[in-house]
Amino acid sequence: MRYLVCIKQTPDTAELPKISPEEAASGKLSVNLVVNPWDEHAIEAGLQLMENYGGTTGAVTVGEEGAIDALRSALAMGCKDATLVKHDDEIDAWGVAELLAAAVRHDGDVDVVLTGQMTVDGNSGAVPVALARKLGWPVLTGVAKVVELTDDSITVERVVGQARLTVKAPTPVVVSVIKEIGEPRYPTFINIRKAARVKIPELTAEELGVDVPAPVVHMSNFRKPPARDAHVKLFEGTPQEAAAALIDALLEEKVL
Amino acid sequence: MKFLVYIETDLGDVVASSWEALGAALSLSDDVEAVVIGDRVSVAAEEAVERGAKKVYVVEDETRAMFDLERCLADVKNVLSMSGADVFLASHTNNGRDLAAALGVGSGAGVIADALELSLEDGRLKGVRGIYSGNILVDVTVDGSPQIATLRPRAFAPAEKAEGRSAEVVLVDPMDVDSPYEVLGVQRAEKGEISLTEASIIVSGGRGVAKDPELGFDLIRELAGVLGGAVGASRAAVDAGFISYDHQVGQTGKVVRPDLYIACGISGAVQHLAGMGSSKIIVAVNKDPEAPIFSVANYGIVGDLFEVVPALTEAAREKLGK
Ligand SMILES: Cc1cc2nc3c(=O)[nH]c(=O)nc-3n(C[C@H](O)[C@H](O)[C@H](O)COP(=O)(O)OP(=O)(O)OC[C@H]3O[C@@H](n4cnc5c(N)ncnc54)[C@H](O)[C@@H]3O)c2cc1C
Ligand SMILES: Nc1ncnc2c1ncn2[C@@H]1O[C@H](COP(=O)(O)O)[C@@H](O)[C@H]1O
Repeated sequence: MRYLVCIKQTPDTAELPKISPEEAASGKLSVNLVVNPWDEHAIEAGLQLMENYGGTTGAVTVGEEGAIDALRSALAMGCKDATLVKHDDEIDAWGVAELLAAAVRHDGDVDVVLTGQMTVDGNSGAVPVALARKLGWPVLTGVAKVVELTDDSITVERVVGQARLTVKAPTPVVVSVIKEIGEPRYPTFINIRKAARVKIPELTAEELGVDVPAPVVHMSNFRKPPARDAHVKLFEGTPQEAAAALIDALLEEKVL
Repeated sequence: MKFLVYIETDLGDVVASSWEALGAALSLSDDVEAVVIGDRVSVAAEEAVERGAKKVYVVEDETRAMFDLERCLADVKNVLSMSGADVFLASHTNNGRDLAAALGVGSGAGVIADALELSLEDGRLKGVRGIYSGNILVDVTVDGSPQIATLRPRAFAPAEKAEGRSAEVVLVDPMDVDSPYEVLGVQRAEKGEISLTEASIIVSGGRGVAKDPELGFDLIRELAGVLGGAVGASRAAVDAGFISYDHQVGQTGKVVRPDLYIACGISGAVQHLAGMGSSKIIVAVNKDPEAPIFSVANYGIVGDLFEVVPALTEAAREKLGK
């Protein structure tokens, strides 16, 4: 079996509030970049599949040269190989999906492609479905658990809205996971050392033989959201007094 | 501009935020059509008429009882070609998001994902959405036809019902497609449990319940019950096993937008704020007056949640007459 995890390098979530509109517009960020947190769960899922069903798990990212660091983190967690699809120009979700689809085909016989639920920078959540459509494969989103993987099918538990569904689909398949799939494991010392030395192969759109579609989503007028009216009104007295005054205030606000 | 709005159903019931998508469409155009796909959806179709759709396409079939991406996509494409709509709207639920992505990528059309606002400018749809987890707002336009947008639940007012409205209802045959998906089991939340993303009131608990987590969340659940709200939690509370992950609010949990969010024993880390920062009114109950949550809260009580939360429940019972 072959599993390929799609990961993206994104800002450390603690630093997201520091990003300025100018940085966001240019894409040149001064914040610390890490593996997109949802994708750490996808890596964990890939490693669990490797342990439970055999085979190898690789990681792939579409990004600039610096995204190699994210791939090293995936190797340090236990992925067996990693590939950078180098792309510096403006690209939207469909472009990312096009490149990832080409990378998956280039990889050979992939059984399961794993992704996170969304990126903490782009927040679109559209890449997993788009990638599956480009490959012509089924896609399972919101996956909390892999129940069974066979030579030609996968059975998973999906969380969709308020329901939990057990769904079976043929492989090859794209699986987008949620946090419940498992907590990302810590890298081992040995893997960190190994990951630091590995030469990570790079591919370009040209080498993959794809034309990256021009972006069809256009963003402008980058700005900070209006600040919250930050003057908190505190209620004092005994818990009973404070509670009564608070409920009165909420009734006045018409939110109760 | 003609709009087609996807009314999502689940075992016959309409997913409530679908009416918000219809409301958004009606606020921009008087040429608004709806498509209802499901099994036994006559009530849903009727309601789409009452809420102001000019024409309602209905695809009713046993195989449509539950959302199936392959089938739904085929039906929507078919209805779009019948309707000739310029804009396709859906709520940004899991299914709405997946449907819009599949529809858009198939024809190379862009999607305004998770829109917080929509407007029309020179016949073009313009959305406002958050990126960097809501820390930056942008205007978004898309190329392609139809123009597609998914709408953040609770960001738009639902279409209002009015009596005496009539509309053309068109029954459309389900498209004959093979789906690769086989649903082997379905487990649903208990009846009456309010979904976090649709809740207008949320009471959440954090690590502050640690000295007696069971009692702490019982108290929080009781308050939520009296207020008719849903129960949320911080990641610290989820990771500690006090409550299940489906209650987690924040960066790696759910993004919510209630009218009222009551954070009990939650410090207000940026990753928590990423999930609840756009609540209309935020209330903090925390024993530490320096907790960052107070800098985004409208109201607060500095105190022990084990005393304050039951007092709130008591006061709410009294004042709401429950
Ligand atoms: C990649 C990433 C993703 C994350 N995603 C999320 C997410 O989705 N959601 C999320 O919530 N967090 C998330 N976090 C974690 C986040 O950084 C915080 O660790 C977490 O929100 C803290 O939870 P807390 O406020 O319950 O706990 P703490 O920060 O420990 O705060 C507990 C609070 O309770 C108060 N308290 C203690 N006892 C009482 C009492 N008896 N009565 C009243 N108050 C009391 C304390 O004063 C304190 O303010 C994420 C972190 C990372 C790195
Ligand atoms: N540039 C990228 N390279 C590799 N995988 C990506 C990239 N962008 C998105 N993904 C994958 O798609 C998922 C959803 O991202 P998005 O649709 O951008 O919110 C992420 O969690 C990743 O698994």
